[in-house]
Amino acid sequence: MFSHDHDPGANFGEFLKRVGLSPFDRAQNVGDMILPHATTCVALKFADGVVMAGDRRATFGNFISHREMEKVVQADDFSGVAIAGAAGPAMEMVKLFQLQLEHYEKVEGQQLSLEGKANQLSIFVRSNLPAAMQGMMVVPIFAGFDQLTSEGRLWDYDATGGRYEERDFVATGSGMMHASTVLRVSWRRDMASADAIALAARALWEASDADSATGGPDALRGIYPVVASITNNGFQRVGDDVLAQIYATIAEGVRQR
Amino acid sequence: MSMPFYVAPEQMMKDRADYARKGIARGRALVAQQFADGIALVAENPSNTLRKVSEIYDRIAFAGVGRYNEFDQLRVAGVRAADLKGYQFSRHDVDARGLANQYAQILGQTFTHEMKPLEVEILVAEVGTTVSGDRLFHILYDGTVVDEQRYCVLGGDAESIRERLVSGYTERGSLTDALKIARAALKGPDRELSVSDLEVAVLERNGKRRCFTRLNDDAVNRLLT
Repeated sequence: MFSHDHDPGANFGEFLKRVGLSPFDRAQNVGDMILPHATTCVALKFADGVVMAGDRRATFGNFISHREMEKVVQADDFSGVAIAGAAGPAMEMVKLFQLQLEHYEKVEGQQLSLEGKANQLSIFVRSNLPAAMQGMMVVPIFAGFDQLTSEGRLWDYDATGGRYEERDFVATGSGMMHASTVLRVSWRRDMASADAIALAARALWEASDADSATGGPDALRGIYPVVASITNNGFQRVGDDVLAQIYATIAEGVRQR
Repeated sequence: MSMPFYVAPEQMMKDRADYARKGIARGRALVAQQFADGIALVAENPSNTLRKVSEIYDRIAFAGVGRYNEFDQLRVAGVRAADLKGYQFSRHDVDARGLANQYAQILGQTFTHEMKPLEVEILVAEVGTTVSGDRLFHILYDGTVVDEQRYCVLGGDAESIRERLVSGYTERGSLTDALKIARAALKGPDRELSVSDLEVAVLERNGKRRCFTRLNDDAVNRLLT
């Protein structure tokens, strides 16, 4: 137990600092060491909420280090994080973020507001700045369904913890240029859920077509991007069977060009 | 010249125990019991915001009676210890037995070394994947740990509540049965206890990661009628 003026309250990150376990206090100069990197993620709004998607590839220099990485993760019942950048710190940050949301809910007896969660993630990204300066950059997207305003909302971040709420859609990672161009051309306000999911899948397809660090759908092994929708009903991951169908349609379209 | 008074250690411990017991007896009681699909925790608590029962971890709940500020501090310490252990190792490594031991240390230490003992009695409940994995650790103000089976009563008037609970208890009953028995046991023969005076939570063996669910008044009403 902590004395009154040292009590970290509901802040799990602060509590880890008090017990000397904060992952952010140990930024080391990794020099030119090559580390696994996670790549492209997108998020877009649609009529009932938001859709998030991320490819599955992690690269290690010019090697493919993982084919099944999950860069889109459920943060809690009504929100998710998509993460691009150095895989190690990124996964650690996601784990800590999920824990922080649950820890806050248990200690305080109620959930943080969606904006509070977005702000919390911004603080984590900022804490990672020393590591980002050493090349271990982490740039997440945060999206969720805001139960106070009954709408989907999304945010993107920069390496300094800068937090920007986006109106329509956002992309991050090495394939972001190609992915966001696809979104820019085809995104419409109040799209239906199925259309938004297909558009997110398409954005990742185009990114993987032009960017070697972004993985495309792997029909041979049955590995498809992680796509999830977040609505009033919570976080729901789109099944691989649905994605296989969507990618078959896209492939057919490309064949007929 | 003044002489310090000599107080026999037996007397000192007895005084402290009496003090703690009196504090706890002033508060309202709480009942925990196993049912077919988990563990039901029912407290007499007119407040809708100041909780006696709460979530500690995926399969673990905390319940406290006595002084609110004291058991709430213990509750937060438990959440921290559990979340820290899960973060450092794995979620599977967090269990009720470890937490109960930590609580016993804190309570025992305070009882022997501080001016004032903690006026609380707490329960650490864990729902297993099967009925035999369920745990109920009842920890007293002096750090005594009791590994209870099937049911457990905490707080003022625990003896008579326990008697009423034992007479009505059915092994592996439904949640409705459990709530009816708990209410009857808490209220006793000569008074009424409305649903709004009850705080109800369950640890449910439901296959989800977080087993703790709070039941609001409407849900309890539906189950009881």
